[in-house]
Amino acid sequence: MAERKPIKGMTIERTEKLIADTLAELPEKAKKKRAPHLGANEPSVSSCAVKSNKKVVPGIMSQRGCAYAGAKGVVWGPIRDMIHVSHGPIGCGVYSWGTRRNLMQGIPGVTSFPMDFTSDFQERDIVYGGDIKLEKLLHEADELFPLNKGLSVLSECPVGLIGDDINAVAKKVAKDLDKLVVPCNCEGFRGVSQSLGHHISNDSIRDHIIGKFQFKEEVGPYDIALIGDYNIGGDVWAAKPILEEIGLNVKSVWTGDGEVEKIGATHAVKLNLIHCYRSMNYMCKVMEEKWNIPWLEYNFFGPTKIEESLRAIAERFDDKIKKNVEKVIKKYKAEMQAVLDEYKPRLEGKTAMLFVGGLRPRHTIGAYEDLGIQITGAGYEFAHQDDYDRTAPEMAKGTLIYDDVSEFELEKFVEELKPDLVGSGIKEKYVFQKAGIPFRQMHSWDYSGPYHGYEGFKVFARDIDMAINSPTWGLVKSPF
Amino acid sequence: MSAEAAVKFVTEHTPEEIERVKNWINTEEYKEKNFARTSLVVNPAHACQPLGAQMVATGFEGALPFIHGSQGCASYFRSTFSRHYREPAAATCDAMTEDGAVFGGQNNLFEGLQNAYEIYKPKMIPIFTTCMPEVIGDDLTAYTKNAKTQGFIPEDLPTPYANTPSFNGSHIHGYDSMLMSILQTLTEGKKVEGKCTGKLNIIPGFDGNVGNLREYKRIIELMGVPYTMLADVSDVFDSGCDGEYKLYPGGTKLEDAAESINGKATIAMQKYATANTMKWIESEYDGQKAIIPMPFGVKKTDEFILKLSELFGKPIPEALKAERARAVDAMTDAHQYLHGRKFAIAGDPDYLIGIVTFLLEMGARPWHILCSRTTKKFQKEMQSLLDSSVFGEGCSIYINKDLWHMRSLLVTDPVDGIIGDTHAKWAARDAKIPLFRIGFPIIDRVNLHRTPVVGYNGAISMLSMIANKFLDIKDETCSDQWFEMMR
Repeated sequence: MAERKPIKGMTIERTEKLIADTLAELPEKAKKKRAPHLGANEPSVSSCAVKSNKKVVPGIMSQRGCAYAGAKGVVWGPIRDMIHVSHGPIGCGVYSWGTRRNLMQGIPGVTSFPMDFTSDFQERDIVYGGDIKLEKLLHEADELFPLNKGLSVLSECPVGLIGDDINAVAKKVAKDLDKLVVPCNCEGFRGVSQSLGHHISNDSIRDHIIGKFQFKEEVGPYDIALIGDYNIGGDVWAAKPILEEIGLNVKSVWTGDGEVEKIGATHAVKLNLIHCYRSMNYMCKVMEEKWNIPWLEYNFFGPTKIEESLRAIAERFDDKIKKNVEKVIKKYKAEMQAVLDEYKPRLEGKTAMLFVGGLRPRHTIGAYEDLGIQITGAGYEFAHQDDYDRTAPEMAKGTLIYDDVSEFELEKFVEELKPDLVGSGIKEKYVFQKAGIPFRQMHSWDYSGPYHGYEGFKVFARDIDMAINSPTWGLVKSPF
Repeated sequence: MSAEAAVKFVTEHTPEEIERVKNWINTEEYKEKNFARTSLVVNPAHACQPLGAQMVATGFEGALPFIHGSQGCASYFRSTFSRHYREPAAATCDAMTEDGAVFGGQNNLFEGLQNAYEIYKPKMIPIFTTCMPEVIGDDLTAYTKNAKTQGFIPEDLPTPYANTPSFNGSHIHGYDSMLMSILQTLTEGKKVEGKCTGKLNIIPGFDGNVGNLREYKRIIELMGVPYTMLADVSDVFDSGCDGEYKLYPGGTKLEDAAESINGKATIAMQKYATANTMKWIESEYDGQKAIIPMPFGVKKTDEFILKLSELFGKPIPEALKAERARAVDAMTDAHQYLHGRKFAIAGDPDYLIGIVTFLLEMGARPWHILCSRTTKKFQKEMQSLLDSSVFGEGCSIYINKDLWHMRSLLVTDPVDGIIGDTHAKWAARDAKIPLFRIGFPIIDRVNLHRTPVVGYNGAISMLSMIANKFLDIKDETCSDQWFEMMR
């Protein structure tokens, strides 16, 4: 891949000075801990030098979540036909209820369960343990929601601390009900971020679900699965039709709008397409090792990346798919050009800074670039080294890379680099908007979406233009 | 049995099965089963203690809420406030992980306090806990003392703390504990025999409506009463956009909070959210004390204003008399659109008492009243409120029940509308009735938290919101022959 065009004013020296100046304001120990997580981008170096996946520095406003958040909010929650029990005190279940926008089909309470199921631990549960209550509540849940295809038990901090054995309870209830009952030991204190929650969830899917089901119909040469797409704002519903249009059959989706039995039968597909590498690369590797299923990372943000991805996907199939891919690319070309013609004149030359989770700080770069926007800084809440290695080539030389950036640091960076847009999360949104800086909430597409696929790019372009060019920003400075 | 044989085919429910269950969950039989559950909670309408603690901690000038415990909890609280208010919600935490669980959280606390103090330069660090340190039994009194003697933070930095385990009570109890602790810390040694500041201390309670807080202050100012609002989040969670982000955009001044102990009087606007604080104030503060139910509707607002007048010997100003008359005018003008209408209500105890009062005043019927975490005492108080009006006849109170219970009630014994926070939108949709969003959190509509629902003006807003929605529904759903110019 060709190196990115340099961004005016962005040099390694300037970025390094900015980092040094920012760190100078931290206490010595915190400075030492934070320094390895910040760096100027060197796209030509093979491994990104920024350190990641380390503990949060106490006392700093980090944006990270926890293992439970990764398990419930990201991986398990979107599976629509299961009951997901937040096992423990009331808080975690309530805060994660409906707040990640993983949209789902089905009839709520009948065939889909976008609800908050909790054991609402009380003091006596802490003292005497919650296993008996858990067994009872799983039976109650199954009785009240008989069309569920299974239950998951997601443990909160106290459950692990008091030593409850949710695995044994799950095993017993699975037998009693003759249903999937999956324990997931994702207590929030485990690990350093939500990332471990993804991994633990993947392990529980591996142990309890994958390989346990098979599709009724014969496996076909074009059967694929989408891995790591959580259908935020309907992203799956925008990506799937493109794949179907080129002739592939999407047999299951992990886990956005997901159905558990289809997920359990995924080991029969011909190719796994992975969207969120961070949260589900483990599963692709498991399926590759155990069932020889190849996998491929793809990116459907913005027409350039869609084309690249479609051609890469076509390479894995025969001429029929290759021909279809060219047809599809051609078909949408004019539509995409119309979007660019409308928005690019107003966005060309603007800059943006990103700080999100999963895959977005690198995957969305192409979509911004399609609109003529350059990315001057990017970073992740909970990435690992391999994520940064994948990010460095997408960023221009000298741009700013920040891992688990604290609000304090990000503010300083934004103050210096003066981007026209910041794309980050809810906790950061209003900090920057108060400063008069346009912002889009990129975990949840700011209650818009989809942003994925051809349909999604139209929405993305409109939203970015709306954010940057809203006349409301012109009112921030008062004339008196 | 071989591993192969254990593999099952992917199944699909038949349309008949789906139809059967879809209908079944709306039946009396299902309702009975639903109410019989003892262990499962589905869609609760309450949150956990530290959330309330954070709200209080945010309400003091230069105070940085500090969460002793897991990182994830801190993110959940901050996100919840930011989603509701659409404002920044600064708070920091000491991000305890596995080693904290094994060795205790003292080291995390030391490092966390030092960093928080040096980076964010707060005037006060209110500390509260999450489940994790509560389960392992961290001793915060000792830890905080050690942090000071070992020089991680200055000795004189106020560091009130509250134990706020999520497995006890709800967000309103966290509010209560943190408020009491902050007041205890700040007023320590400040009581002067015979001194009186002449000021009113006003405690709003856990109230996500910043418009309410501003309305209290406006009424008090109109009465000409000097005051201090304790835990005043109105500017913090409703700050302006002027091109500059401020970490500490407002809150009760620490000196004012310290002086509150020498105040002339203290009024709490919520009883259940301030129970322990008010008990402590009763014993420590010299001035008069009063707990006023949230002033929803006219009579409770009268009560609030009369209390101010009585405590401070002030006449009721003409402006407030005129406001009252306008509210009554609005209510008599619009009574026909609410009279006899049945409502379901879910929320915090203090909100419920207030909303029910207003509905009874309008001749409406608070048919299903549900509180997902409260006490028998509340139930008794609510019952006597219902008994005070003919419109309370036949209305039912459900305590420690959740919004899935509420759904069963709505489909078996229908009402015209539901009043509650955003969480009630699922039940409202299933019952095909409007949800009037009052309470916390409201995360699917904009700016509702800026419009007061208390006081005379609040009564007008609430009434207009409800009556006009009913009229909208009529216009949208009536057949052509009933579509009229006037309503």
